[in-house]
Amino acid sequence: MSDQTPSAGSGDKAPERSGGDAGIEQVPAPNPVMEVRSGMWGGASGSSDTSGYNGLVSVVEFPGDSSRPYGGWFDAVADRMAQLVPGFSAGLTLVDRGEITFFVRPEKLLELVSALRDDAQLRFECCAALTCVHYPQMTGQQVHVVYNLLSYTHNRRIRLEVALADPADQHPHLPSVVSVYPHADYQEREAWDMFGVIFDGHPALTRILMPDDWVGHPQRKDYPLGGIPVEYKGHVTPPPDERRSYNS
Amino acid sequence: MSEQTRSGFRTSAGGPGSPGAAGREEFLAQGGDWSDIVAESAERGDETVVVNFGPSHPSTHGVMRLIMELDGETITSIRPGIGFLHTGIEKNMEYRTWTQGVTFVTRCNYVANFFNEAVYCLAVEKLLGITDEIPERAQILRVMIMEVNRISNHFTGVGAGALELNATSVQEVCLREREICLEFNQAVTGLRMNNAWIRPGGTATDLPEDGLDRLRDLIKRMSDNIPEIDQFFTANPIFRSRTQGAGYMDLAGCMAMGCTGPVLRSTGLPWDLRKKQPYSGYQDYDFEVCTADSCDAYGRYLVRLHEMFESIKILKQCLKRLTETQGAPHMVADKRIAWPAELSIGPDGQGNSYEHIKHIMGESMEALIHHFKLVTEGFKVPAGQVYQAVEAGAGELGCHLVSDGGTRPYRCHLRDPGFIHVQSIPAMCEGALLPDVVATLASLDPVMGGVDR
Amino acid sequence: MAEYDADVPAGIVMTSMEAVVGWLRKSSFWPLTMGLACCAIEMISYGGPRADAARWGHEVFRSSPRQADLMIVSGRVSQKMAPVVRQLYDQMPNPKWVISMGACASSGGIFNNYAIIQGCDHIIPVDVYLPGCPPSPDMLIDAVFKLREQIQHWPLLGHMAEVEKAKESIALAAPSTLEMPTTTPSKEIGR
Repeated sequence: MSDQTPSAGSGDKAPERSGGDAGIEQVPAPNPVMEVRSGMWGGASGSSDTSGYNGLVSVVEFPGDSSRPYGGWFDAVADRMAQLVPGFSAGLTLVDRGEITFFVRPEKLLELVSALRDDAQLRFECCAALTCVHYPQMTGQQVHVVYNLLSYTHNRRIRLEVALADPADQHPHLPSVVSVYPHADYQEREAWDMFGVIFDGHPALTRILMPDDWVGHPQRKDYPLGGIPVEYKGHVTPPPDERRSYNS
Repeated sequence: MSEQTRSGFRTSAGGPGSPGAAGREEFLAQGGDWSDIVAESAERGDETVVVNFGPSHPSTHGVMRLIMELDGETITSIRPGIGFLHTGIEKNMEYRTWTQGVTFVTRCNYVANFFNEAVYCLAVEKLLGITDEIPERAQILRVMIMEVNRISNHFTGVGAGALELNATSVQEVCLREREICLEFNQAVTGLRMNNAWIRPGGTATDLPEDGLDRLRDLIKRMSDNIPEIDQFFTANPIFRSRTQGAGYMDLAGCMAMGCTGPVLRSTGLPWDLRKKQPYSGYQDYDFEVCTADSCDAYGRYLVRLHEMFESIKILKQCLKRLTETQGAPHMVADKRIAWPAELSIGPDGQGNSYEHIKHIMGESMEALIHHFKLVTEGFKVPAGQVYQAVEAGAGELGCHLVSDGGTRPYRCHLRDPGFIHVQSIPAMCEGALLPDVVATLASLDPVMGGVDR
Repeated sequence: MAEYDADVPAGIVMTSMEAVVGWLRKSSFWPLTMGLACCAIEMISYGGPRADAARWGHEVFRSSPRQADLMIVSGRVSQKMAPVVRQLYDQMPNPKWVISMGACASSGGIFNNYAIIQGCDHIIPVDVYLPGCPPSPDMLIDAVFKLREQIQHWPLLGHMAEVEKAKESIALAAPSTLEMPTTTPSKEIGR
C-alpha cells in the first residue's frame, strides 16, 4: 500500500465547491422525505396537543445538494464509481456538511464495495462504521443501512446508504460485505441484532449484543424503549418514551 | 440424580446459563473430581477441549467471554462472545435532548469517557454547522482533558494488561498515577468519572481558579513518574517474553480487520486522526505520532507508553495557551445553544450559579422562559446525518449521528474501536498458546462498556 | 457481649459464638472480582494504592466464586449478564454478602430501558445499596464498613439458614422488569 498522501481538500474538510461548469443541466430529484410531523406536542404518549399549533405540519427532508458538481474530490470519486460500476446509484447523491452520501441500489452493493476497496483511485480500505437507521415513515425504504467508508491511502471518507423496504411479514435482505470488508462481520451482526436486517452471505449471522433468545430488534423505532415507571416518594414517572414530550 | 453423571458433568436443558437451550445437550463442569472429568473426556475420544473463558474472569478485560477450543495448550479456535454489558445507550439517547446525550455517551467507554463526549459533541456541532464558532479556549480545554484522559486510559490499558499477566506492581504504579489524573478531572469537572463535561458548543465549566496550577503539577508529576513504568516494564525479560510475538497482526491484517489506534501504529503506519483529520485544533499542536514495527503486543505497549509522553508534550502546550486565553469564553456565543447557566458550587454542593438563579428568578421573566425552554426542550438541530471520528486511546472512535430536525437525536451510533478490535482476536490468537490470549487481549485494550454500548 | 461470672476463673471471657464468628468474618472478606462496568474501575481503585483496602484485610479479590464471600455488583447488570451473575452468586459458599454498587446495580440508574435489569435485587438478595454514578472508592469503603457492622451481628448456624431463606424469598418474589406493570398498555415489540 502506498503511504498516505493527503491531497489538498481531503480529509473531513468540506471541499470548496468549484464554479459550476455549464455542462448538462439536470433537474435534481427532490430529496426524500424523512418524516412528516404535525403539531407541537405528542410523542409516543399520544396525548392531545394543547399548544394551539396542532394544525402545524412540518415536512423533514434529507438535507443536501444533489446537483453536480459536488465539489473537490467528490466528483472524481463519483465519476470513477459510476465508471467501474455503472448504474450503482439509486438515483440520489447528497452532499451535506462536507460529507457525501451515495444512495446505492442493493443489488449493486457488493460489486460497488469491491471496486471501492480495490481500485487505485478509490482505495476505501476500511468500512469504518456500518450501521442502520430506521425511518418508519418512509414507505418502501424504512430501513437504511449506512456504510461509512474510510480510505487510508487518500485520507478520504464517503458514505454509502442503502434504503430497504421493510415488509411487515419478513425481514429486509441485503448482500453481506464481509467478503470484501472482513471487519464488517460484527457490525453486520449488530445491525441484524438491533434492526433485523438479514445480510445474505454473512458467515454466521447471529445475535451479538442481545441474548440469543431475545425477541425483536431493540433499536428499531417500533420497538419500545422498555423502561419501567419509576416511583419516588409517591410520585410515579413513566419511562421516557411514554412521557408527553415535544414533537419537533 | 439421573441427569448427574459420574464425573460431575451435568446435562442442562434450559438452565440459567443456557437460555433457550431446551432440546440441546450442553455440558457444564460443575465440580467433581478432576481425574474423573479427564477420564470421561478421554473416553469420549475428543482430541480437543473446549474451554469457556469469561464472562466473569479477571483476565478478560471486563465482561467478555471467549470460547476456546484447545488442543493441548494450542488454540485451534477461539470465538469472542460479547454483549454482556449491552446497555441500550444508543436507543436511550433517542429519548433525551442533545445535551443530555453527553451524559449517556460518556458512560460507553468509561475509561476513555472524554473521547466519547468529544466525538459526540463534535458530531452535534457539525450537524448544527457551528464547528468554526467553537471558542478557542473551549477547544484548548477539550484537547487538554482528552490528553489527560489519554494518559489515564493508557494507564488502565497498560496496568490492567500487566495485572492480567500477573505483574501486580505495575498495576499498582499505574493505579497510583491514574488516581492523580482522576483527581485533576475531579478538580476541573467535578467528577472523577462519567463527567459529561464536554458539551455541544464548548465545555460545561471553565478551569477552576487553581486549574492552571493543578495542570502544571499534573504535567510535572506525570513527567516524573511515567518513566517509572518504562523502567519497570520495557526491558523486563518476563514481560518481553510474554508479549513479544503475541497477538501478531501486520499491516495487511490490520487493514482487513479494521484495526486502528495503537494496534495499527504498532505495524509502523503513522495513522493518527489527530494528524490526518484534525479536530479541535490538533493541527496547531506539536507532537509526534508514535509507531512501532513489531506488529505484536509488545509493540502496542511501546506505542502506548510513547503516546503518554507525547500527551505530556501536548499538555505543556495547552498550559501555555490556557494561560494566554484566561477569561475567554469556553462556550459558544449563540445563546440558543449554549447552556444558560454557569455551574458552580451552591449551598447543596453543586448546581447553577447563584447569580444566574437570582437573574432568572428575580430579575428577568424572559431569561426564565429562555432557561426553561432550553433546559427542558433543548435546542433543535437541523435534519441530516454526519460521521465524526476522533483518535481515542484505543483507536478510531466514530459517531454516526442522525437528526430529524428535532430536539433529540434521531439515531446515534458509536463506532467503538474496541468493538472492531474484538473481532480480530481469532486472527491473532488461533494457533497460538493459551497464555498468549491474555497478552493479546490486553494489548487490544477493549473496554466492554464501549464494545457493547 | 462479655459477661462477668464470679464462678469463672480469671482470664476467661464469656461471649457468644455469634459475636466471635462475626468478628472473625468481618475482618477477613474475600470479595469476588465481579467487575461489570464503570463502577468496576472504581472498585479497582478501591483495591489500589490510594484507598488501599488492605488496611482492613480486603485487598485480595478472589477470581473464583468458590473462594469468595462478598459479591460487589459493580455496574449495570444487563439482561444477558443476569444469568451469569446469578450463577456466580449460587456458586459462592454460604455465608455470603452482596453490595450493590452504584445507581445502575441498585435501580437501573439512568438506563431505564430494554437492556438493563432495573436493580440487581431482582436476581440476588442485596445487603448494602451504594448510591453514586459511579460511587467513589471512599463511598465503597463506607459501604464495606456498614456491611462489616451487619456481619458483626450476623446469625449463625440454624438461625442463619432461616435468615438466608427469608432474604432469598423476598428477592425471588420481586417481579422482573418485564413483569412490572407499565402505565400504558404494552406495545407490540417488533417481530
